[in-house]
Amino acid sequence: MGLLLKCGHVVDPVAGRNGAFDILIDGDRIARVGRGVPADGADVLELPASFVVTPGLIDMHVHLREPGQEHKETIATGLDSAVAGGFTAVACMPNTDPINDQAAVTQFILKRAREVGLARVYPIGAVSVGSRGQQITEMGDLRAAGCVAFTDDGRPVLTALLMRRALEYASMFDAPVIDHCEDPSLKGDGVAHEGAVAGLLGLRGIPGAAESVMAERDIAMAELTGGRVHIAHMSARQSLRAVRAGKDHGAPVTCEVTPHHFTLTDAALAERGGYDTNLKMNPPLREAVDRDAMIDGLRDGSIDVIATDHAPHHADEKSLEFDRAPFGIVGLETAVSLCFDRLVHPGVIGLPRLVELLSAAPARILGVPGGTLVEGGPADLTILAPDASVTVHASALRSKSRNTPFDGWTFRGAPAATIVGGRVVFVHESGPAALRSRLGPRTPTNSVAPAGAPGHPRH
Amino acid sequence: MSTTTALRSRHLLGITDLEPGEIELILETAVAMKEIGTRPIKKVPTMRGRTVINLFMEPSTRTRMSFELAEKRLSADTLGMTTAGSSVSKGETLADTARTLEAMAPDMIVLRHASSGAPHQLARICKASIINAGDGMHEHPTQALLDAFTMIEHKRRLAGLRVAIIGDLVHSRVLRSNALLLVKMGAEVRACGPATLLPPGLDRLGVKVSRSMDDALEGADVVMMLRVQHERMHGLFLPSVREYFTLFGLTPTRLERAAKDVIVMHPGPMNRGVEIDSAVADGPWSVILDQVANGIAVRMAVLYLLAGGEEGER
Repeated sequence: MGLLLKCGHVVDPVAGRNGAFDILIDGDRIARVGRGVPADGADVLELPASFVVTPGLIDMHVHLREPGQEHKETIATGLDSAVAGGFTAVACMPNTDPINDQAAVTQFILKRAREVGLARVYPIGAVSVGSRGQQITEMGDLRAAGCVAFTDDGRPVLTALLMRRALEYASMFDAPVIDHCEDPSLKGDGVAHEGAVAGLLGLRGIPGAAESVMAERDIAMAELTGGRVHIAHMSARQSLRAVRAGKDHGAPVTCEVTPHHFTLTDAALAERGGYDTNLKMNPPLREAVDRDAMIDGLRDGSIDVIATDHAPHHADEKSLEFDRAPFGIVGLETAVSLCFDRLVHPGVIGLPRLVELLSAAPARILGVPGGTLVEGGPADLTILAPDASVTVHASALRSKSRNTPFDGWTFRGAPAATIVGGRVVFVHESGPAALRSRLGPRTPTNSVAPAGAPGHPRH
Repeated sequence: MSTTTALRSRHLLGITDLEPGEIELILETAVAMKEIGTRPIKKVPTMRGRTVINLFMEPSTRTRMSFELAEKRLSADTLGMTTAGSSVSKGETLADTARTLEAMAPDMIVLRHASSGAPHQLARICKASIINAGDGMHEHPTQALLDAFTMIEHKRRLAGLRVAIIGDLVHSRVLRSNALLLVKMGAEVRACGPATLLPPGLDRLGVKVSRSMDDALEGADVVMMLRVQHERMHGLFLPSVREYFTLFGLTPTRLERAAKDVIVMHPGPMNRGVEIDSAVADGPWSVILDQVANGIAVRMAVLYLLAGGEEGER
């Protein structure tokens, strides 16, 4: 039986929609989008304009940790976290154990994702075998198995020559190469942004130039080869300058920024007792001028995508000394709130641009379905509540890990519900009540059972 | 005399957290403590029944011995735990180490650690008072306090003193704590070192960064030389000992630019012929051994004040 959503506010910049529309969902597909769509026997649900319906959000930079690091996150808990954050799809990074550098690993990830249901998963394969920077992977085989892009994330693509060959080779499959831009020699054993704060706290610094020299190299290689390069989690103002220059010259470069890099600065490292390891990430939180540059780039369109770099780590790992704790924070469940609170409500960007950054652009860059609501397309929708007030409780996160610097923060704006392939997979407590009755069964928070276990939702 | 009569925090994590009045209080208390060290029986019962754990997770000789002696002179029960490397090398997190020690109900933990911020992380977990005995490249507050005490002994004041701090600035917790303390107390702090060993943000502390050692020394009342680790000498930081000594070594000739009654300090251990010429280290300007002696008195003062001062009970 179908579902007709009579939406008070649909935002779909690709389709040029920004207003009241009806969306008819039939099975896992969108049957019709328009005005005055007849129900034809479908259930009818009225969504007031206080809810904004958008194409499903896509997070193109997520660490699901499975296989190999299931103590941090599993595909089940990661996807549970994703849908609770409003994401209908995630692209997962290959730095698992084993690394996703061969089709068997890709197939395993996709099999687990199918068993879990919830959000869609688009694996990203390694650029080099073992991400060691020596030999390119069997990208054709990986692509056939389901990889949508290639990266050695966690590490940079080691040499200019490897980047050149990867771009050339990946272009045969029209897949982008995503780079974690970092010059290893400049990064050294740095743990925080190289600036006054790290200087005074006695933390070894990572200069912004460690990122931008690699971004410049990558853009040069993209120009040389014509292959598409995507700069991951950009943090430094110098990198943004390089991306703008590259785009001006027509280089095939795109880039993303994380919510924490457009929200926080390194000043937080000295606050509240100092040295909170939930403020340690790579790239590091940078200075206010860098953070403000990221906001400018989001405003003027030079930044293509917002992605979380969701990087779960176990509390035991994060309770080490600052310089020994691992880099990274979880981000799936706080991203939408940060986007509203820091970008939409202050007037930096409007709703169409938000949907572009969180859905349309990642779909386009990765070449995956979604990003717009089209008849015959997958019924992946996110329902947003721009004015809902939410307080983050780390202990209540659905991710298996709680390494967030936003514990206790209150934001205006939140995901209200998530629909994947026509199935309602998440409804926030303040979300549309009528959707809740359609919500599939879900085991309690953080105890998502292995696939096939009794009581597990089989979608 | 300081009008401050107690410390606000039960921890001493860094000079950053101290107000000028608290610094004065510690330095004044140290005068009385120094007198105890001149008695035939160098022991008072002030901290009898108090337990202090000296947790040294990085090699240290003089700081550990200085703290132990200070604790013993105050009659505290002391335990030492020295481990190589961090908690990780034992397969234990810092939090676990903290909880294990906490279970022994110490009143104070004196922590030396190779990681900046380790005492701050410990302080969030422990009920005991945490004293930072040097954390990574961050702070070494008791060193700065004993240096200030030594300066006052010789110069009768801190305000207006011209202090030149020279050497490996970026890796030095001694520099950070001293700069913070001296600026708070109204001294003029000049820092000089190789451009490869210069931390960002010193100017924000109110420190004048000099490119030339001679400029930094001009008219200085106090010259503080910092140790340069041997492993920095032959890599990308510095080309050689020979060149370092030529550019930044303190010699009697160089010292002529300083004030006539200049004193020369060094937190130790010294590298003779690297950052300091033996003629200076052993010369009339040197107060390096006074620093060592004063370290005990200043640490007694810190222990005493954190234990609750005269009231005893917290």
